[in-house]
Amino acid sequence: MTEPQITGHISKRFDQELEDIRNKVMSMGGLVENQVASGVKCLVASDSELARKLIADDHEVNRMEVEIDEECVQILARRQPAAGDLRLIVAVIKTITDLERIGDQAEKLGRIQLELEQQEISSSTYIKLEHLGELVGKILHSALDAFARMNVADAMATIELDIRVNDEYDSLMREMITHMMEDPRTIRSSLRISWCARALERIGDHAKNICEYVVFLVQGKDVRHITPKEQPGL
Amino acid sequence: MNISVTEDVEKSAAAPLQLKKDKTSPSPQDFTGTIGEIHLDDPKISTRNVNVFYGEKQAIFDVSLDIGRNEVIALIGPSGCGKSTYLRALNRMNDTIAGCRVEGSLQLDGEDIYAKTMDPVLLRARVGMVFQKPNPFPKSIYDNIAYGPRIHGLARNNVEIDEIVETSLRRAGLFDEVKDRLQSPGTGLSGGQQQRLCIARAIAVDPEVILMDEPASALDPIATAVIEELIDELRANYTIVIVTHSMQQAARVSRRTAYFHLGKLIEVGKTSQIFTNPRHELTENYITGKIG
Repeated sequence: MTEPQITGHISKRFDQELEDIRNKVMSMGGLVENQVASGVKCLVASDSELARKLIADDHEVNRMEVEIDEECVQILARRQPAAGDLRLIVAVIKTITDLERIGDQAEKLGRIQLELEQQEISSSTYIKLEHLGELVGKILHSALDAFARMNVADAMATIELDIRVNDEYDSLMREMITHMMEDPRTIRSSLRISWCARALERIGDHAKNICEYVVFLVQGKDVRHITPKEQPGL
Repeated sequence: MNISVTEDVEKSAAAPLQLKKDKTSPSPQDFTGTIGEIHLDDPKISTRNVNVFYGEKQAIFDVSLDIGRNEVIALIGPSGCGKSTYLRALNRMNDTIAGCRVEGSLQLDGEDIYAKTMDPVLLRARVGMVFQKPNPFPKSIYDNIAYGPRIHGLARNNVEIDEIVETSLRRAGLFDEVKDRLQSPGTGLSGGQQQRLCIARAIAVDPEVILMDEPASALDPIATAVIEELIDELRANYTIVIVTHSMQQAARVSRRTAYFHLGKLIEVGKTSQIFTNPRHELTENYITGKIG
Protein backbone atom coordinates (compact mmCIF):
# COMPACT_ATOMS: atom_id res chain seq x y z
CA MET A 1 0.00 0.00 0.00
CA THR A 2 1.41 3.37 -0.98
CA GLU A 3 -0.08 6.76 -0.29
CA PRO A 4 -1.44 8.26 -3.46
CA GLN A 5 0.46 11.11 -4.99
CA ILE A 6 -1.49 13.11 -7.47
CA THR A 7 1.50 14.40 -9.39
CA GLY A 8 4.49 12.65 -10.90
CA HIS A 9 2.87 11.09 -13.97
CA ILE A 10 4.83 10.93 -17.17
CA SER A 11 1.89 12.77 -18.68
CA LYS A 12 2.02 16.28 -17.20
CA ARG A 13 -1.44 16.92 -18.55
CA PHE A 14 -2.77 14.02 -16.48
CA ASP A 15 -1.15 15.57 -13.40
CA GLN A 16 -2.90 18.80 -14.28
CA GLU A 17 -6.27 17.16 -14.81
CA LEU A 18 -6.11 15.43 -11.43
CA GLU A 19 -4.93 18.62 -9.69
CA ASP A 20 -7.73 20.49 -11.38
CA ILE A 21 -10.33 18.00 -10.17
CA ARG A 22 -9.00 18.09 -6.65
CA ASN A 23 -9.01 21.89 -6.61
CA LYS A 24 -12.58 21.94 -7.84
CA VAL A 25 -13.65 19.52 -5.12
CA MET A 26 -12.01 21.80 -2.58
CA SER A 27 -13.78 24.90 -3.87
CA MET A 28 -17.07 23.00 -3.99
CA GLY A 29 -16.34 21.98 -0.40
CA GLY A 30 -15.67 25.61 0.54
CA LEU A 31 -18.94 26.71 -1.02
CA VAL A 32 -20.90 23.98 0.75
CA GLU A 33 -19.29 24.91 4.06
CA ASN A 34 -20.51 28.49 3.55
CA GLN A 35 -23.98 27.23 2.71
CA VAL A 36 -24.16 25.27 5.95
CA ALA A 37 -22.94 28.26 7.98
CA SER A 38 -25.53 30.47 6.27
CA GLY A 39 -28.25 27.90 6.95
CA VAL A 40 -27.61 27.98 10.67
CA LYS A 41 -27.10 31.73 10.75
CA CYS A 42 -30.29 32.61 8.84
CA LEU A 43 -32.37 30.64 11.34
CA VAL A 44 -30.62 31.83 14.46
CA ALA A 45 -30.68 35.49 13.34
CA SER A 46 -34.05 35.31 11.50
CA ASP A 47 -32.27 36.57 8.41
CA SER A 48 -34.53 35.93 5.41
CA GLU A 49 -32.25 37.80 3.02
CA LEU A 50 -29.48 35.36 3.81
CA ALA A 51 -31.95 32.47 3.43
CA ARG A 52 -32.89 33.65 -0.08
CA LYS A 53 -29.26 33.95 -1.09
CA LEU A 54 -28.54 30.49 0.33
CA ILE A 55 -31.37 28.95 -1.71
CA ALA A 56 -30.19 30.69 -4.88
CA ASP A 57 -26.60 29.58 -4.35
CA ASP A 58 -27.58 25.91 -4.16
CA HIS A 59 -27.69 25.96 -7.96
CA GLU A 60 -23.98 26.68 -7.96
CA VAL A 61 -23.36 23.62 -5.75
CA ASN A 62 -25.36 21.45 -8.13
CA ARG A 63 -23.58 22.91 -11.15
CA MET A 64 -20.19 22.09 -9.63
CA GLU A 65 -21.27 18.53 -8.92
CA VAL A 66 -22.25 18.03 -12.55
CA GLU A 67 -19.05 19.64 -13.80
CA ILE A 68 -16.71 17.56 -11.60
CA ASP A 69 -18.67 14.41 -12.36
CA GLU A 70 -18.22 15.01 -16.07
CA GLU A 71 -14.47 15.53 -15.66
CA CYS A 72 -14.20 12.28 -13.70
CA VAL A 73 -16.06 10.41 -16.45
CA GLN A 74 -13.66 11.89 -19.00
CA ILE A 75 -10.66 10.70 -17.00
CA LEU A 76 -12.13 7.21 -16.60
CA ALA A 77 -12.76 7.02 -20.33
CA ARG A 78 -9.54 8.56 -21.57
CA ARG A 79 -6.93 7.72 -18.94
CA GLN A 80 -8.19 4.43 -17.56
CA PRO A 81 -6.70 5.27 -14.17
CA ALA A 82 -5.38 2.48 -11.95
CA ALA A 83 -4.33 2.06 -8.32
CA GLY A 84 -4.09 5.39 -6.45
CA ASP A 85 -5.40 7.38 -9.42
CA LEU A 86 -8.42 5.11 -9.68
CA ARG A 87 -9.09 5.38 -5.97
CA LEU A 88 -8.84 9.17 -6.20
CA ILE A 89 -11.41 9.36 -8.99
CA VAL A 90 -13.78 6.98 -7.20
CA ALA A 91 -13.37 8.94 -3.95
CA VAL A 92 -14.04 12.22 -5.76
CA ILE A 93 -17.18 10.92 -7.47
CA LYS A 94 -18.55 9.79 -4.12
CA THR A 95 -17.42 12.89 -2.22
CA ILE A 96 -19.16 15.32 -4.54
CA THR A 97 -22.41 13.36 -4.22
CA ASP A 98 -22.23 13.79 -0.45
CA LEU A 99 -21.29 17.45 -0.82
CA GLU A 100 -24.28 18.03 -3.05
CA ARG A 101 -26.56 16.41 -0.50
CA ILE A 102 -25.06 18.56 2.25
CA GLY A 103 -25.93 21.51 0.03
CA ASP A 104 -29.54 20.27 -0.18
CA GLN A 105 -29.78 19.99 3.60
CA ALA A 106 -28.44 23.54 3.98
CA GLU A 107 -31.00 24.74 1.45
CA LYS A 108 -33.69 23.06 3.56
CA LEU A 109 -32.66 25.27 6.51
CA GLY A 110 -33.07 28.34 4.32
CA ARG A 111 -36.53 27.25 3.21
CA ILE A 112 -37.65 26.75 6.79
CA GLN A 113 -36.54 30.31 7.58
CA LEU A 114 -38.68 31.59 4.68
CA GLU A 115 -41.68 29.65 5.99
CA LEU A 116 -41.17 31.21 9.41
CA GLU A 117 -41.02 34.63 7.80
CA GLN A 118 -44.29 34.04 5.95
CA GLN A 119 -46.05 33.00 9.11
CA GLU A 120 -44.46 35.91 10.92
CA ILE A 121 -43.04 33.69 13.59
CA SER A 122 -40.08 34.95 15.52
CA SER A 123 -37.41 32.32 15.58
CA SER A 124 -35.83 33.17 18.89
CA THR A 125 -36.07 29.51 19.89
CA TYR A 126 -33.76 28.61 17.04
CA ILE A 127 -30.82 29.68 19.10
CA LYS A 128 -30.90 26.09 20.34
CA LEU A 129 -29.57 25.01 16.96
CA GLU A 130 -26.50 27.18 17.18
CA HIS A 131 -24.40 24.70 19.12
CA LEU A 132 -25.30 21.72 16.94
CA GLY A 133 -24.68 23.90 13.87
CA GLU A 134 -21.22 24.86 15.09
CA LEU A 135 -20.31 21.25 15.78
CA VAL A 136 -21.50 20.10 12.35
CA GLY A 137 -19.64 22.96 10.68
CA LYS A 138 -16.49 21.90 12.46
CA ILE A 139 -16.86 18.27 11.36
CA LEU A 140 -17.47 19.28 7.77
CA HIS A 141 -14.40 21.48 7.89
CA SER A 142 -12.14 18.73 9.25
CA ALA A 143 -13.55 16.24 6.75
CA LEU A 144 -12.64 18.55 3.87
CA ASP A 145 -9.29 19.20 5.49
CA ALA A 146 -8.59 15.47 5.73
CA PHE A 147 -9.56 15.13 2.08
CA ALA A 148 -7.29 17.97 0.98
CA ARG A 149 -4.32 16.57 2.87
CA MET A 150 -5.25 12.92 2.28
CA ASN A 151 -4.74 12.35 5.97
CA VAL A 152 -6.14 9.11 7.41
CA ALA A 153 -5.53 10.01 11.06
CA ASP A 154 -7.54 13.24 10.68
CA ALA A 155 -10.26 11.39 8.81
CA MET A 156 -10.56 8.76 11.55
CA ALA A 157 -10.64 11.43 14.27
CA THR A 158 -13.42 13.21 12.40
CA ILE A 159 -15.44 10.01 12.07
CA GLU A 160 -15.26 9.74 15.86
CA LEU A 161 -16.51 13.32 16.20
CA ASP A 162 -19.72 12.42 14.42
CA ILE A 163 -20.74 10.50 17.54
CA ARG A 164 -20.89 13.83 19.36
CA VAL A 165 -23.21 15.22 16.70
CA ASN A 166 -25.53 12.29 17.21
CA ASP A 167 -25.46 12.77 20.99
CA GLU A 168 -26.20 16.45 20.63
CA TYR A 169 -29.03 15.67 18.23
CA ASP A 170 -30.53 13.10 20.60
CA SER A 171 -30.47 15.49 23.54
CA LEU A 172 -32.08 18.25 21.44
CA MET A 173 -34.80 15.81 20.42
CA ARG A 174 -35.46 14.83 24.03
CA GLU A 175 -35.79 18.49 24.90
CA MET A 176 -38.26 19.05 22.05
CA ILE A 177 -40.35 16.07 23.07
CA THR A 178 -40.49 17.38 26.62
CA HIS A 179 -41.66 20.77 25.34
CA MET A 180 -44.34 19.17 23.21
CA MET A 181 -45.62 17.06 26.08
CA GLU A 182 -45.72 19.99 28.46
CA ASP A 183 -47.44 22.36 26.08
CA PRO A 184 -49.08 20.97 22.95
CA ARG A 185 -49.24 24.48 21.50
CA THR A 186 -45.49 24.26 20.89
CA ILE A 187 -45.79 21.14 18.77
CA ARG A 188 -45.69 22.99 15.46
CA SER A 189 -42.59 25.01 16.28
CA SER A 190 -40.91 22.13 18.09
CA LEU A 191 -41.36 19.91 15.07
CA ARG A 192 -39.84 22.57 12.87
CA ILE A 193 -36.79 22.81 15.08
CA SER A 194 -36.54 19.03 15.02
CA TRP A 195 -36.47 19.08 11.22
CA CYS A 196 -33.67 21.60 11.28
CA ALA A 197 -31.76 19.50 13.79
CA ARG A 198 -32.37 16.46 11.60
CA ALA A 199 -30.92 18.30 8.59
CA LEU A 200 -27.82 19.20 10.59
CA GLU A 201 -27.43 15.65 11.83
CA ARG A 202 -27.62 14.40 8.23
CA ILE A 203 -24.88 16.86 7.26
CA GLY A 204 -22.70 15.28 9.96
CA ASP A 205 -23.35 11.85 8.43
CA HIS A 206 -22.38 13.06 4.96
CA ALA A 207 -19.18 14.58 6.37
CA LYS A 208 -18.44 11.23 8.00
CA ASN A 209 -18.92 9.52 4.61
CA ILE A 210 -16.35 11.86 3.10
CA CYS A 211 -13.88 10.81 5.79
CA GLU A 212 -14.49 7.17 4.92
CA TYR A 213 -13.69 7.93 1.28
CA VAL A 214 -10.42 9.52 2.43
CA VAL A 215 -9.44 6.26 4.16
CA PHE A 216 -10.31 4.35 0.98
CA LEU A 217 -8.38 6.81 -1.14
CA VAL A 218 -5.22 6.60 0.94
CA GLN A 219 -5.22 3.01 2.14
CA GLY A 220 -7.48 1.22 -0.30
CA LYS A 221 -9.58 -0.04 2.62
CA ASP A 222 -13.33 0.21 2.82
CA VAL A 223 -14.26 1.28 6.35
CA ARG A 224 -17.94 1.87 5.69
CA HIS A 225 -20.54 0.13 7.81
CA ILE A 226 -18.08 -1.07 10.44
CA THR A 227 -17.42 0.42 13.84
CA PRO A 228 -14.04 2.01 14.58
CA LYS A 229 -13.20 -0.91 16.88
CA GLU A 230 -13.60 -3.38 14.04
CA GLN A 231 -11.04 -1.57 11.93
CA PRO A 232 -7.68 -3.27 12.25
CA GLY A 233 -4.56 -1.25 11.74
CA LEU A 234 -6.10 2.18 11.59
CA MET B 1 37.57 -3.18 -17.21
CA ASN B 2 36.39 -5.29 -14.37
CA ILE B 3 33.10 -3.86 -13.21
CA SER B 4 30.79 -6.35 -11.64
CA VAL B 5 27.63 -7.01 -13.57
CA THR B 6 25.32 -6.28 -10.68
CA GLU B 7 26.79 -2.85 -10.17
CA ASP B 8 26.37 -2.09 -13.84
CA VAL B 9 22.69 -2.88 -13.83
CA GLU B 10 22.12 -1.11 -10.55
CA LYS B 11 23.74 2.03 -11.91
CA SER B 12 21.27 2.20 -14.72
CA ALA B 13 18.57 1.74 -12.12
CA ALA B 14 19.66 4.83 -10.28
CA ALA B 15 18.79 7.24 -13.07
CA PRO B 16 14.96 7.34 -12.90
CA LEU B 17 14.96 6.97 -9.15
CA GLN B 18 16.99 10.11 -8.51
CA LEU B 19 13.89 12.08 -9.40
CA LYS B 20 12.16 10.82 -6.27
CA LYS B 21 12.04 13.36 -3.49
CA ASP B 22 11.02 10.88 -0.87
CA LYS B 23 14.20 9.14 0.15
CA THR B 24 12.44 6.48 2.12
CA SER B 25 10.67 5.21 -0.97
CA PRO B 26 11.77 1.68 -1.74
CA SER B 27 13.97 1.14 -4.79
CA PRO B 28 15.40 -1.95 -6.46
CA GLN B 29 18.64 -1.33 -4.57
CA ASP B 30 16.90 -1.89 -1.25
CA PHE B 31 15.14 -4.89 -2.70
CA THR B 32 14.67 -7.40 0.06
CA GLY B 33 12.31 -9.80 -1.63
CA THR B 34 9.15 -10.02 -3.62
CA ILE B 35 6.02 -8.58 -2.03
CA GLY B 36 3.08 -10.95 -2.21
CA GLU B 37 2.61 -14.70 -2.15
CA ILE B 38 5.00 -16.45 -4.54
CA HIS B 39 4.13 -19.89 -3.22
CA LEU B 40 1.19 -21.95 -4.45
CA ASP B 41 0.09 -25.40 -3.40
CA ASP B 42 0.45 -27.90 -6.21
CA PRO B 43 1.85 -25.48 -8.81
CA LYS B 44 2.10 -26.31 -12.52
CA ILE B 45 5.42 -24.53 -12.76
CA SER B 46 7.62 -23.76 -9.82
CA THR B 47 10.67 -21.51 -10.08
CA ARG B 48 13.08 -20.66 -7.28
CA ASN B 49 16.01 -18.26 -7.20
CA VAL B 50 16.21 -17.99 -10.96
CA ASN B 51 19.11 -15.96 -12.30
CA VAL B 52 19.59 -15.45 -16.02
CA PHE B 53 22.76 -14.06 -17.59
CA TYR B 54 23.44 -12.90 -21.12
CA GLY B 55 27.21 -13.34 -21.11
CA GLU B 56 28.46 -11.10 -18.32
CA LYS B 57 25.25 -9.18 -18.00
CA GLN B 58 22.69 -10.43 -15.52
CA ALA B 59 19.13 -10.00 -16.75
CA ILE B 60 17.15 -11.76 -14.01
CA PHE B 61 17.92 -11.59 -10.29
CA ASP B 62 16.77 -14.27 -7.93
CA VAL B 63 13.21 -14.61 -9.16
CA SER B 64 11.02 -17.12 -7.30
CA LEU B 65 7.46 -17.67 -8.42
CA ASP B 66 4.91 -20.46 -8.66
CA ILE B 67 2.46 -20.65 -11.54
CA GLY B 68 -0.79 -22.45 -10.87
CA ARG B 69 -2.73 -24.98 -12.91
CA ASN B 70 -5.31 -23.47 -15.24
CA GLU B 71 -4.40 -20.00 -14.22
CA VAL B 72 -3.70 -16.98 -16.36
CA ILE B 73 -0.82 -15.00 -14.93
CA ALA B 74 0.31 -11.73 -16.47
CA LEU B 75 3.92 -10.56 -16.31
CA ILE B 76 4.15 -6.80 -16.56
CA GLY B 77 6.92 -4.24 -16.26
CA PRO B 78 8.85 -1.65 -18.25
CA SER B 79 10.96 -2.64 -21.26
CA GLY B 80 14.12 -4.44 -20.26
CA CYS B 81 12.71 -5.54 -16.91
CA GLY B 82 13.31 -9.20 -17.70
CA LYS B 83 9.74 -10.39 -18.07
CA SER B 84 10.30 -11.83 -21.56
CA THR B 85 13.60 -13.37 -20.48
CA TYR B 86 11.85 -15.04 -17.57
CA LEU B 87 9.05 -16.24 -19.86
CA ARG B 88 11.56 -17.70 -22.32
CA ALA B 89 13.40 -19.46 -19.50
CA LEU B 90 10.23 -21.47 -18.86
CA ASN B 91 10.53 -23.47 -22.08
CA ARG B 92 14.25 -23.09 -22.64
CA MET B 93 13.87 -20.71 -25.55
CA ASN B 94 16.94 -18.98 -24.13
CA ASP B 95 18.99 -22.09 -25.02
CA THR B 96 19.06 -20.80 -28.58
CA ILE B 97 20.80 -17.59 -27.52
CA ALA B 98 24.59 -17.88 -27.42
CA GLY B 99 26.07 -16.95 -24.02
CA CYS B 100 22.77 -17.17 -22.19
CA ARG B 101 22.97 -18.95 -18.85
CA VAL B 102 20.09 -19.90 -16.58
CA GLU B 103 20.64 -20.67 -12.88
CA GLY B 104 18.24 -21.73 -10.17
CA SER B 105 15.45 -24.22 -9.99
CA LEU B 106 12.72 -24.37 -12.66
CA GLN B 107 10.27 -27.25 -12.46
CA LEU B 108 7.34 -28.33 -14.57
CA ASP B 109 5.12 -30.66 -12.55
CA GLY B 110 8.10 -31.33 -10.32
CA GLU B 111 10.41 -32.20 -13.21
CA ASP B 112 13.56 -30.13 -13.67
CA ILE B 113 13.12 -28.15 -16.89
CA TYR B 114 16.90 -27.84 -17.27
CA ALA B 115 17.73 -31.49 -16.51
CA LYS B 116 20.07 -33.17 -19.00
CA THR B 117 17.40 -35.78 -19.60
CA MET B 118 14.81 -33.17 -20.57
CA ASP B 119 14.50 -32.99 -24.36
CA PRO B 120 13.97 -29.30 -25.23
CA VAL B 121 11.89 -30.23 -28.28
CA LEU B 122 9.48 -32.29 -26.18
CA LEU B 123 9.51 -29.62 -23.48
CA ARG B 124 8.41 -27.00 -26.02
CA ALA B 125 5.56 -29.26 -27.08
CA ARG B 126 4.43 -29.32 -23.45
CA VAL B 127 5.12 -25.64 -22.95
CA GLY B 128 4.03 -23.93 -26.16
CA MET B 129 4.69 -20.37 -27.13
CA VAL B 130 2.92 -17.62 -29.04
CA PHE B 131 4.95 -14.62 -30.11
CA GLN B 132 4.31 -10.92 -30.50
CA LYS B 133 4.31 -11.02 -34.27
CA PRO B 134 2.21 -13.76 -35.86
CA ASN B 135 4.68 -16.13 -37.52
CA PRO B 136 2.77 -18.74 -39.51
CA PHE B 137 4.89 -21.16 -41.55
CA PRO B 138 4.91 -20.37 -45.27
CA LYS B 139 2.56 -23.30 -45.77
CA SER B 140 -1.16 -23.87 -46.05
CA ILE B 141 -3.43 -23.20 -43.08
CA TYR B 142 -3.91 -26.97 -42.77
CA ASP B 143 -0.19 -27.75 -42.78
CA ASN B 144 0.54 -25.04 -40.24
CA ILE B 145 -1.55 -26.97 -37.74
CA ALA B 146 -0.65 -30.48 -38.94
CA TYR B 147 3.10 -29.93 -38.81
CA GLY B 148 3.54 -30.27 -35.05
CA PRO B 149 1.35 -33.36 -34.52
CA ARG B 150 3.12 -35.03 -37.48
CA ILE B 151 6.68 -34.53 -36.25
CA HIS B 152 5.70 -35.47 -32.71
CA GLY B 153 3.86 -38.56 -33.98
CA LEU B 154 0.63 -37.56 -32.27
CA ALA B 155 -1.54 -39.06 -35.02
CA ARG B 156 -1.54 -42.49 -36.63
CA ASN B 157 -3.23 -41.56 -39.87
CA ASN B 158 -4.59 -38.69 -41.93
CA VAL B 159 -8.07 -38.97 -40.41
CA GLU B 160 -6.62 -38.29 -36.99
CA ILE B 161 -4.60 -35.38 -38.36
CA ASP B 162 -7.78 -33.98 -39.91
CA GLU B 163 -9.42 -34.24 -36.53
CA ILE B 164 -6.59 -32.47 -34.72
CA VAL B 165 -6.59 -29.67 -37.30
CA GLU B 166 -10.31 -29.12 -36.91
CA THR B 167 -10.34 -29.25 -33.09
CA SER B 168 -7.36 -26.93 -32.81
CA LEU B 169 -8.85 -24.40 -35.22
CA ARG B 170 -12.17 -24.61 -33.38
CA ARG B 171 -10.54 -24.05 -30.01
CA ALA B 172 -8.72 -21.04 -31.41
CA GLY B 173 -12.04 -19.73 -32.71
CA LEU B 174 -10.82 -19.75 -36.28
CA PHE B 175 -12.40 -22.81 -37.88
CA ASP B 176 -15.56 -21.20 -39.22
CA GLU B 177 -13.56 -18.40 -40.81
CA VAL B 178 -11.11 -20.67 -42.67
CA LYS B 179 -12.90 -24.00 -43.14
CA ASP B 180 -13.41 -23.38 -46.88
CA ARG B 181 -9.80 -22.47 -47.56
CA LEU B 182 -7.70 -24.81 -45.48
CA GLN B 183 -5.29 -25.25 -48.37
CA SER B 184 -4.66 -21.50 -48.83
CA PRO B 185 -1.43 -20.12 -47.41
CA GLY B 186 -1.52 -19.18 -43.71
CA THR B 187 0.28 -15.96 -44.53
CA GLY B 188 -2.75 -14.80 -46.50
CA LEU B 189 -4.87 -14.41 -43.37
CA SER B 190 -5.37 -11.11 -41.54
CA GLY B 191 -3.08 -10.28 -38.61
CA GLY B 192 -5.63 -11.34 -35.99
CA GLN B 193 -6.42 -14.54 -37.86
CA GLN B 194 -2.71 -15.32 -38.24
CA GLN B 195 -2.26 -14.90 -34.50
CA ARG B 196 -5.16 -17.25 -33.82
CA LEU B 197 -3.62 -19.65 -36.34
CA CYS B 198 -0.41 -19.55 -34.28
CA ILE B 199 -2.43 -20.24 -31.13
CA ALA B 200 -4.17 -23.15 -32.91
CA ARG B 201 -0.73 -24.41 -33.95
CA ALA B 202 0.45 -24.24 -30.34
CA ILE B 203 -2.67 -26.07 -29.15
CA ALA B 204 -2.36 -28.80 -31.82
CA VAL B 205 0.48 -30.56 -30.00
CA ASP B 206 -1.65 -30.71 -26.86
CA PRO B 207 0.53 -28.56 -24.59
CA GLU B 208 0.06 -28.11 -20.85
CA VAL B 209 1.27 -24.54 -20.66
CA ILE B 210 1.03 -21.75 -23.23
CA LEU B 211 3.48 -18.86 -23.00
CA MET B 212 2.36 -15.70 -24.75
CA ASP B 213 4.77 -12.87 -25.43
CA GLU B 214 2.61 -9.82 -26.17
CA PRO B 215 0.22 -11.83 -28.30
CA ALA B 216 -2.04 -8.92 -29.17
CA SER B 217 0.31 -5.95 -29.43
CA ALA B 218 0.24 -5.96 -33.23
CA LEU B 219 -3.53 -6.34 -33.46
CA ASP B 220 -6.47 -3.93 -33.67
CA PRO B 221 -8.95 -3.70 -30.75
CA ILE B 222 -11.41 -6.16 -32.30
CA ALA B 223 -8.78 -8.82 -33.00
CA THR B 224 -7.37 -8.13 -29.51
CA ALA B 225 -10.77 -8.71 -27.94
CA VAL B 226 -11.09 -12.00 -29.85
CA ILE B 227 -7.67 -13.15 -28.60
CA GLU B 228 -8.52 -12.13 -25.03
CA GLU B 229 -11.81 -14.00 -25.20
CA LEU B 230 -9.86 -16.98 -26.48
CA ILE B 231 -7.42 -16.77 -23.57
CA ASP B 232 -10.37 -16.84 -21.22
CA GLU B 233 -11.68 -20.03 -22.86
CA LEU B 234 -8.26 -21.69 -23.06
CA ARG B 235 -7.82 -21.24 -19.32
CA ALA B 236 -10.12 -24.22 -18.77
CA ASN B 237 -7.55 -26.57 -20.29
CA TYR B 238 -4.20 -24.84 -20.10
CA THR B 239 -1.98 -22.79 -17.85
CA ILE B 240 -1.29 -19.47 -19.55
CA VAL B 241 1.58 -17.09 -18.86
CA ILE B 242 1.21 -13.82 -20.73
CA VAL B 243 3.70 -11.00 -21.07
CA THR B 244 2.01 -7.75 -21.98
CA HIS B 245 2.75 -4.06 -22.19
CA SER B 246 -0.93 -3.26 -22.09
CA MET B 247 -1.94 -2.77 -18.49
CA GLN B 248 -5.60 -2.92 -19.41
CA GLN B 249 -5.00 -6.24 -21.10
CA ALA B 250 -3.28 -7.66 -18.03
CA ALA B 251 -6.16 -6.37 -15.92
CA ARG B 252 -8.73 -7.93 -18.25
CA VAL B 253 -7.33 -11.40 -18.84
CA SER B 254 -5.27 -12.44 -15.85
CA ARG B 255 -6.09 -13.80 -12.43
CA ARG B 256 -2.69 -12.94 -10.98
CA THR B 257 -0.22 -10.28 -12.00
CA ALA B 258 3.54 -10.20 -11.45
CA TYR B 259 5.43 -6.92 -11.70
CA PHE B 260 9.08 -7.03 -12.81
CA HIS B 261 11.50 -4.15 -12.49
CA LEU B 262 15.16 -4.20 -13.58
CA GLY B 263 15.32 -7.99 -13.55
CA LYS B 264 13.66 -8.40 -10.18
CA LEU B 265 10.22 -9.65 -9.32
CA ILE B 266 8.95 -6.76 -7.22
CA GLU B 267 5.39 -7.74 -6.48
CA VAL B 268 2.95 -10.51 -7.27
CA GLY B 269 -0.68 -10.66 -6.29
CA LYS B 270 -4.23 -11.05 -7.41
CA THR B 271 -4.89 -8.85 -10.42
CA SER B 272 -7.83 -7.27 -8.60
CA GLN B 273 -5.48 -6.15 -5.83
CA ILE B 274 -2.53 -5.10 -8.00
CA PHE B 275 -4.65 -2.74 -10.10
CA THR B 276 -6.57 -1.13 -7.26
CA ASN B 277 -4.18 -1.21 -4.36
CA PRO B 278 -0.62 -2.30 -5.15
CA ARG B 279 1.61 -2.60 -2.13
CA HIS B 280 4.96 -1.60 -3.63
CA GLU B 281 5.59 1.96 -4.71
CA LEU B 282 7.35 0.81 -7.88
CA THR B 283 4.27 -1.16 -8.91
CA GLU B 284 2.05 1.82 -8.18
CA ASN B 285 4.30 4.12 -10.18
CA TYR B 286 4.36 1.79 -13.15
CA ILE B 287 0.66 1.10 -13.43
CA THR B 288 -0.28 4.73 -12.88
CA GLY B 289 2.25 5.89 -15.47
CA LYS B 290 4.72 7.60 -13.16
CA ILE B 291 7.98 6.00 -14.27
CA GLY B 292 9.81 8.47 -16.47
